[in-house]
Amino acid sequence: MIDNFLLLVQNPSFALDVVLNGLLAGAIFALAAYGMSLVWGVLNIVNIVQGELVVLGGFIVFVAIGHGVPAYLALPLASLVMFAIGWGLYYTVIFRVVDKDLFLSILATFGLSIVIQQLMNTVFGSDVRSIDTGLGSFYMLGGAVTIAWIKVIAFVLALTSGGLLWLFLRHARMGQAIRATAQNPRAAHILGINTDRVYAMTYGLNAALCGAAGGLAVMAWNIQPYIGLPYTVRSFMIVVVAGLGNVGGVIVAGLSLGALENVAGFVLGAEYQIAFVFALMVLILVWRNWRAARRRAYLS
Amino acid sequence: MIDTVLDRIRAIPEAGLLIGLLVISLAAPFVMPSLATQMAFLWLMVVMSQTWDTLGGQLGYNSFGNVLFFGVGCYAAAVVQRDSGLPYYDALALGLVLAGFMAVLFALVFGFALLGIRGHYFAIATLGLGIAAGELAAGWDYIGAGSGMAMPLYPGGIGSRELFFYFVMFGVATACFFTLRWLYGTRFGLAMNAIRDDEDKAEAMGLRTTSIKIVAWAISAFYLGVAGGVAGNMLGFIDPRDVAFSGATFGVWMVLMAILGGKGTLWGPVIGAVIFHITKELFWTYLLGWQRVALGVLIVVIVLFFPQGIMGWVEARRAKTGGQAA
Repeated sequence: MIDNFLLLVQNPSFALDVVLNGLLAGAIFALAAYGMSLVWGVLNIVNIVQGELVVLGGFIVFVAIGHGVPAYLALPLASLVMFAIGWGLYYTVIFRVVDKDLFLSILATFGLSIVIQQLMNTVFGSDVRSIDTGLGSFYMLGGAVTIAWIKVIAFVLALTSGGLLWLFLRHARMGQAIRATAQNPRAAHILGINTDRVYAMTYGLNAALCGAAGGLAVMAWNIQPYIGLPYTVRSFMIVVVAGLGNVGGVIVAGLSLGALENVAGFVLGAEYQIAFVFALMVLILVWRNWRAARRRAYLS
Repeated sequence: MIDTVLDRIRAIPEAGLLIGLLVISLAAPFVMPSLATQMAFLWLMVVMSQTWDTLGGQLGYNSFGNVLFFGVGCYAAAVVQRDSGLPYYDALALGLVLAGFMAVLFALVFGFALLGIRGHYFAIATLGLGIAAGELAAGWDYIGAGSGMAMPLYPGGIGSRELFFYFVMFGVATACFFTLRWLYGTRFGLAMNAIRDDEDKAEAMGLRTTSIKIVAWAISAFYLGVAGGVAGNMLGFIDPRDVAFSGATFGVWMVLMAILGGKGTLWGPVIGAVIFHITKELFWTYLLGWQRVALGVLIVVIVLFFPQGIMGWVEARRAKTGGQAA
């Protein structure tokens, strides 16, 4: 463990490799986190099923490409299918918990996450899946830094998808309705906005975003039915650090998390990376609560 | 019809009910020796759902990480039994006591860190505890890493092992039930409910809310840890991810059973555990690989349509029919 750490310190170019690869992964975390902050802000639900939506998106891309769909079409397709799934989930489960007790929504989305996780395990099997895009890698600093092209492409596409959604929320009529509902659902309702549809739309958009994130993850890294919860936890901590409705914060926090996680995975060993993610979330919450306690407030 | 049945049940004094259940439970493994292990697991389920309800129902703090204490108990007992060099029963007894206290230690440490956090932040903070512990245990060679730990063989004759562990688990469940029954009736129990109903007011009234929460969690962790030690011995083998820190089975079941029976009541979790366990044993095998999907569906359905649970439903009926207090 200490050896690994010294290795990083003594070889800055190697450290750069680890950090850069982590930063690239961070864009996908940021994308999923952006969706979570949207649902959290508008529906007031902490969406525990977030990670499973990401993984499901990944499997859709995996299956689509397996059936000969070109990669540039598979990604929008996954988003579209995930939008429909999100819309469906809203009208079967989520709408029942929108204005209920927060525990109820956490429990309900937790149950949903088990359903989707186990369905994926039954349908797609528990193997680790990834897609070889065959794009190769490029090298810097005489080969000390190796970066796969697909990771760069995934990074750019992740930020683009996030940017598109941001533009939609800013300028489209529906986007404005979503923001209005987030500010005050009652007032929005009185002014003629169909808040139920806004909620469904928001949840669908979140699922579409997750679908894109998962599709990029399966191409640049890999997926497996049981890695949903880590994605949920990552999204949650990014939102907690960045704050609701702070796009810049989400990107910065997402990229930092990606880099930090990759470094930790290297120093502690890859088998402890998941444990690190959960431990980091607990630390962030404890630290936040400690900061709040000094103002006689608390996290809730 | 159903109301008359409910009224009849209510008319039985609690002492009679308890004695009746005690007699049935003591006789059951002799009447149906082939089911002794399944019935022992029933008591494990009762402990799990009751200890979950201590925080989840009585205190209003939903924890998704209580399986941590179960796993810690499993491993603590296993390590003592492997390394102490004592005769079997001495090692088992020492191991179970230590299992309880290790779980308490974990509850104190994590409680100190996490129980100042409220509401859904707490729920999500506990979400990863069991999984993180499973990952760590799977990487630690001293406790067998990913290949788990085999428990020492039971020295008694054929058939006596099942009976022995049935009574041990029954003892743990009974002790747990009576401890919690006593606890919920004390001032401490009232303070717990006060925190659930309005934490700010409880604090303003001078209750040391964080300490109360930590102590409550530690008490539930103790029984869960001991039960974990017994369960490890019953199974004969501990796997870090699939037995000890199994969030997808035990970790979810305990939440489901408590909600099914009725959160925040003494008997609710017991009833929920019995119904869930019997249903599971009867029908689970017919689901052929869809068990865990069914489990998730069950959670969603119960949370959406039956969040008050069986006890809550009974209470609602009682209010409607205007039945007298027993």
